[in-house]
Amino acid sequence: MNLLKISGSPHVHSDESTKKIMWRVNLALVPMLLTGIAYFGLNALLISIVSVACCCLFQWLIEKFILKVPSTVCDGSAIVTGLLLAFNVPATADMIWLVAIGALVAIGVGKMTFGGLGKNPFNPALVGRVFLLISFPVQMTTWPSVGKWFPMTTDTVSGPTPLGILKEGGNIDLPTLTEMFLGHMGGSLGEVSAIAILIGAIYLLWRKVISWHIPVAFIGTAFVFSGILWLVDPTAFVDPVTTILTGGIMLGACFMATDMVTSPMAKSGQLIFGVGCGLLTIIIRNWGAYPEGVSFAILLMNAVTPLINRWCKPTRFAC
Amino acid sequence: MKTFKMGGVHPEENKISTNAAIEQMPLPKQVAVLMNQHLGAPATPIIAKGDKVKVGQLIAEAQAFMCANIHSPVSGTVNKIDVCKDIVGLPKTAIYIDVEGDEWMETIDRTPDIKRECTLEPKEIVAKLKEMGIVGLGGATFPAHIKYSVPEGKKAEYLIINAAECEPYLTSDHRAMMEHAEEICIGISLLRKALGVPNAYIGIESNKPEPIRVMTETAKKFEGIIVEPLVVKYPQGAEKQLINSITGRKVPSGKLPIDVGCVVSNIGTTFAVYEAIQKNKPLIENILTVTGKKLPSQHNYQCRIGITYNDIIRHALGELPATTGKVISGGTMMGKAISNLDAPTTKGASSVLVMDEAESRRRPESNCIRCGKCINACPMGLEPYLFSALVKNNRIEEAQAHNILDCIECGCCFFSCPANKPLTDEIRLGKNKVRAMMAAKK
Repeated sequence: MNLLKISGSPHVHSDESTKKIMWRVNLALVPMLLTGIAYFGLNALLISIVSVACCCLFQWLIEKFILKVPSTVCDGSAIVTGLLLAFNVPATADMIWLVAIGALVAIGVGKMTFGGLGKNPFNPALVGRVFLLISFPVQMTTWPSVGKWFPMTTDTVSGPTPLGILKEGGNIDLPTLTEMFLGHMGGSLGEVSAIAILIGAIYLLWRKVISWHIPVAFIGTAFVFSGILWLVDPTAFVDPVTTILTGGIMLGACFMATDMVTSPMAKSGQLIFGVGCGLLTIIIRNWGAYPEGVSFAILLMNAVTPLINRWCKPTRFAC
Repeated sequence: MKTFKMGGVHPEENKISTNAAIEQMPLPKQVAVLMNQHLGAPATPIIAKGDKVKVGQLIAEAQAFMCANIHSPVSGTVNKIDVCKDIVGLPKTAIYIDVEGDEWMETIDRTPDIKRECTLEPKEIVAKLKEMGIVGLGGATFPAHIKYSVPEGKKAEYLIINAAECEPYLTSDHRAMMEHAEEICIGISLLRKALGVPNAYIGIESNKPEPIRVMTETAKKFEGIIVEPLVVKYPQGAEKQLINSITGRKVPSGKLPIDVGCVVSNIGTTFAVYEAIQKNKPLIENILTVTGKKLPSQHNYQCRIGITYNDIIRHALGELPATTGKVISGGTMMGKAISNLDAPTTKGASSVLVMDEAESRRRPESNCIRCGKCINACPMGLEPYLFSALVKNNRIEEAQAHNILDCIECGCCFFSCPANKPLTDEIRLGKNKVRAMMAAKK
C-alpha cells in the first residue's frame, strides 16, 4: 500500500485561487476595452494589445533572467496591469509605442522590484501611468477627439477633455450628462464610459472580488466634497455629478483603488482609504497643477495603506 | 433561522453516509485502551497484567482533578500495560486487553427498554457522570462531571446541545438523532436537571431536515427541550459560535461558556449520559462514520473504544482502496490525518474518513495578495495573514498581542486563501510558541 499523506487540518480547500481572481478582473475590464475601441477606434485596440503584451513579456523576462524563479505570467495579474495601464492613457497613435515604456516601468519598477504580485506597495499600472505623465506631458495630455462612433481611421485631431475645459476656466462645450455617462467625451482610453465601468464593477462585486467599501467611500467623498465646494461657489467649482462622471474617478474607484494588494484589508480601513482618495482627488483637481488627480490620490493612499492596516483592525469576536 | 454573525465558510457538505443505519462493529481480537483519551491528566491503571476484566469494569481511575475514569470496553485478560502510539504517532500509555467472549458487568442494564424515570438528585447525576467516565464527544473530550459542576458564584441559564454537525462528511450525530431520539431527549432532561436550567436548546444545521423533524416531534413529549434549526455555515458547531447563534451572547476572550451562563454539550454526549445514568453503562462505545467519496460503501458503526483503525477498515472495507491518499479521524475541516492506522480509537473519535490521492494534495502556495479573505472568513475576527507573517519572523510577542490564542483552529482562513497559504498550520505553530513563551516566563 502507498504511504499515507499527513498534513494539518483543514484537508479541503475552496475553489478560490489568485489566478481565478485575476481572470475575473480581466473579464470585468472587457466592457471598458470595448467602449474604448468603440470611441477611439483601432488605436485603442493597438494600445491595449501592446500594453498587455509588454507587461507579460517584461514580467516573463525579469522572472526568467533576473529573479530566476518560475514564471507567474499565467496568473493573469500582468494582464490586469497591462489593461489598466492602457485604459489610463489617451488613445492616440503616439501612445502605441509610449505605452511600452509605461509597461516596463509598471512591471519592472512598480511590481517586480518589490518581489512580484502581492509585495508591491503601489498599484503598478498607476506607477507606469504617472511615470508617462511626468516624462511625456505633451503626449499624455493630447486627447483624440470624439466625434463619430467606431472611428476606424487614425484620427490626429486632438480634442479637450471636460476636466481640461474646466481647468482652463471655460464652461462651454461640456458634454451632456448622458454623453458623460455613456463615455462620449474626451479622456483616457478606458475611463470615459461610466456605464461600462459600472458593469465591470457590479460583476466584481457579485463575484466578491471587491467589496463596496472603497468605491462607495471614494466616489461618495468626491461627490460630497465637490458638492460642498459647488454650493459655496457654483461659478468657481464644478458640480458634483460632472465631477464624478468625468476624468478617472469611476475607473480609479472601482478598479485601481480596489486593487487588493495595495489597499487596506479591514473594512474600516477600506472606508478610510476611499475617503482619503476622494478628498485628495478633489484637492488636486481644484488646487493642483494637473487637471486630474485620481492617479496621484490613489498612489498617495497606497503609501499610507500599511499604516491604515496597522491602525484599523477587524472587530474581534466579543469585543 | 439563527446563525452567528462573524465570518464562516461553506465547505462542500459531502454527507454521503447519512442513510447508512448504525451497524454493530464485531469485537476485535485485542483492544488498546489509552490512558489519556480526555482533556487533562491521564487516568491511572488499577488493574495489572493477567487480570481478568469484564465489559464495563473500571480499569483506570481519575486521580487528578481534570481527568476521567476509564472502563474496559471488552471482556478478557489484560495482556500488558505498555506504550502505545496514538494516531499521530505520539507514545501514550495503554492497557492492552485480549478479548475473550463478551461478558458484561451485571450492573449494566442491557435490555432494549427505554427508561425515562430518574430519581437522582442533581449532585448524584454529576457524581454518576464522573463514575461512568463521561467526557464531551464533540471533539475536545472535556470531562463531563467538571462541566456540569457549576462553580460557585456562576449560574447556568442555558443548556445548549450541539447537533450542528457542521463538519463535512460526519454523520454519526445525524444517525444518533434518527435512531435514538428518545434516549437523547432523556439524556438532555437529565443534564437539564443536573444544571437546574429551565430550557435546553438543540442546535441543528438546516441541511438535516429529517433529524430536525424527528427531534422536534420527540422533544414535544418532554419538558423544556427546544429544537433550533441553524443556518448551514461552518463552524456553526464551534462552542463560542453556537452560543452566539442560539443565545446571541458572546463568550469573551479567555473565558468559558459558563461565564455567560451557558453549558454546551454534544448530542453524542447526551446519548452517553442516558446510557450512563439510566442503564449504568460506562462510556465504552461510540458511533463512528466510515466514509469517503471513492469508497464502495458508506457506514456508521457503533464501536467499542480501543479497537484499532485498521480493524475498523478491515471490517468495513476489506482493505483501503489503492488510490487512498489520506485517512482522517474527524471531518475535513478540523480532523487529524492519521499516520498510524494501528492506533486505537478513543472516546472522542468520530470518523474514519478516507480521502483519495487527488483530494489529499495541497495546491502550491503563492504570495499573499492581501485580499483579506482570511479576515472575512475568521469567525473570531482575527487577522490570520498577520499571524502567518509574525510567526514566520518569530515575532511571538506581537502575535500574542494580536490575540493569536483566541484562534479556534477551525481552518476557515486556510480554506478560503486564494494563495493556498497554510495559515492554520502557521497559527497552530504560533500558538504553541506563545504558550511555550508564557510557560517560560512563569
